[in-house]
Amino acid sequence: MTALGKLFRTTVFKLSIVYLILFAISSGLVMGWMAWSIRRLVDEQTTTAIAAEINGLAEQYAQGGIRRLVNVIDSRTRRPGASLYLLTNFQGLPITGNVAELPAGTLEKEGLIETAYQRPDTQAMDRQSLARVFQLPGGFRLLVGRDLEERETLASIMGRALSISLIWLIAIGTLGGLFVARRVLRRVDAMNASALTIMQGNLNERLPVAGSNDELDRLAENLNKMLERIAELMVGMKHVSDNIAHDLRTPLTRLRGKAEEALRGVKSPDAYRASLEQVIEESDQLIRIFNSLLLIARAEAGATHEGMDDFDISQVARDVGELYEPTADEAGLRLVVDAPVKIIVHGNRELLGQTIANLIDNALKYGVKKDPLLNDPGSVMHAQNKNTRDYDIKVETTLEGATAKIIVSDHGTGVPADDRQRVLERFVRLESSRTQSGSGLGLSLASAVARLHSGELKLEDNNSGLRVVFSVPGKASDPTIPLET
Amino acid sequence: MSSMRILIVEDDTEAAGFLAKALREAGHVADRAPDGLEGYALARDVAYDILIVDRMLPKMDGLTMIGALREQGLQTPVLILSALGQVDDRVKGLRAGGDDYLTKPYAFSELLARVEVLARRNKGAANGESTVLHVGSLELDRLGHKLTRDGKEILLQPREYRLLEYLMQHAGQVVTRTMLLENVWDYHFDPQTNVIDVHISRLRSKIDKDYDVQMLHTVRGAGYMIRDGAR
Repeated sequence: MTALGKLFRTTVFKLSIVYLILFAISSGLVMGWMAWSIRRLVDEQTTTAIAAEINGLAEQYAQGGIRRLVNVIDSRTRRPGASLYLLTNFQGLPITGNVAELPAGTLEKEGLIETAYQRPDTQAMDRQSLARVFQLPGGFRLLVGRDLEERETLASIMGRALSISLIWLIAIGTLGGLFVARRVLRRVDAMNASALTIMQGNLNERLPVAGSNDELDRLAENLNKMLERIAELMVGMKHVSDNIAHDLRTPLTRLRGKAEEALRGVKSPDAYRASLEQVIEESDQLIRIFNSLLLIARAEAGATHEGMDDFDISQVARDVGELYEPTADEAGLRLVVDAPVKIIVHGNRELLGQTIANLIDNALKYGVKKDPLLNDPGSVMHAQNKNTRDYDIKVETTLEGATAKIIVSDHGTGVPADDRQRVLERFVRLESSRTQSGSGLGLSLASAVARLHSGELKLEDNNSGLRVVFSVPGKASDPTIPLET
Repeated sequence: MSSMRILIVEDDTEAAGFLAKALREAGHVADRAPDGLEGYALARDVAYDILIVDRMLPKMDGLTMIGALREQGLQTPVLILSALGQVDDRVKGLRAGGDDYLTKPYAFSELLARVEVLARRNKGAANGESTVLHVGSLELDRLGHKLTRDGKEILLQPREYRLLEYLMQHAGQVVTRTMLLENVWDYHFDPQTNVIDVHISRLRSKIDKDYDVQMLHTVRGAGYMIRDGAR
């Protein structure tokens, strides 16, 4: 495609041509109407002039008869002007006047007539006039009229003005269209060029923004934001695959190592059995990581929308809390559930239940403050504080407006403010917790589940300890039941 | 548990082979079908006690096969095996006519426990519907929600009651941790920690602590079982 062809094909250019045509038609209509109005005005004036003239001549005729009329017409025809006179006798022969020739039968017509005529100093019947014929006693006929040259001149001036302005209009319009189209095309071409570079793999490239804040700029800005998100996802993917590599490699290595160790040397059947059991345990751990990853992926893809239902989140919190209570108790931690009010949430009960379980599980693992002085993982500080606190782990549900909040708080080591966003990512485990078992997927699963339910997950400081706030849209229990009065 | 005749419909011959071998070692008779059509024909013509069906099968997929068998009026219990473990997949499987759902990879002990519970349920041999459950000296009155051992009343929390009820309904059978989580708590996720074990040990301390004969047994590598220890 040639550069000019490309220009002609732009939407902007096509639009300007359409506008141009519309504008030309409308200005033609306006000028036509103006010409018509002017012509009417001129005709009206001419008619009035003729009427005045006739009145004057009639007066002369009444005072002095035909002789006086001839004299007056004679003197008037000698004056320059647009007035026309013709007086004929009963034979139709001219007596006096400044009209040499008329089309045959004109003098027999009545009322106002528009007719061609010939001046005495020319040879052709090439002039137009507006006239009126009067019968006078004695077979005399008097024609009084006015030359229409003025009107014709005006019409031709209007016509010329119209055609010249149309030519200018088309010229300026086309050039303007081309100019604007070229400007837009240049910007779109620049955007296309950037898009091409991005598609070739340079994800750091961004679409140019002119700074005029027009629709193209807004489009470019939004596309840039989209690219930002894609780049983030790409980084996330890379991060995830790095982490998958690490976190799956570790148990895989252990698995392989255990199998190899079992094969080395001759052992008792019991030893073989123990090794195989360890191998199964390791593979179970791997399966668990896989399942969590799969679940996160599905939750993030929004693929689990099918299993969504209305249910009471407080009931789920109480059930899961009850499920974990004995375990917490055994670890010497007081698990308290404060979820007395029915809160209806639309979602996947299974996923939300698992999320609460994960959050409690995390609180059990990390919610215990290790004694920094003894540096002994077995020794926990809660023993000293047990009487001063009314809980070690608390699960609450509240309804704030249209948001159901599930809050799991603990008095453990907490998460430093700088790390709070990072721990929501997959596989991220803070250095301080590297020694603990777990897939490192609990919080990222919770975060993905929150997103799936159009909610969010926030980590807050619990004044020593962590407070995880999981919020999803919710409402008070069935609003169709009328309130008791 | 008496011997059962089991049909395995699974296209992976190695996996089917392992499964059949393990089931035979557990004392059952196991047949194999490599695809949905053959599975359908066998299940229709032979009186099996239970069908183990993979979801993704050549020629006719597992769910279609189960649907077709159910349309024929076949009531044989079906355990669905699937690599798709999500909640909605499970619901789809059960809606198609499956009786239980197990995600691959699974522990054989888990599968065996589920197969035996399913088969027994179908034979109506379980005392699941009676109002009073007896296991040895334990008596659970399901109308009065009352538990006695040797006539002495033992007080239970609501959840402990339901846990014991489920175990007693399947007395003499192995019940796995996931089965307990599914049936007593109605959750299908993997709790990662030993939450169920702690509940069991609490229950055990209530029903077995003061007695010489233990009723609630741990089956190593599989789960739990309640049975009359005197026998």
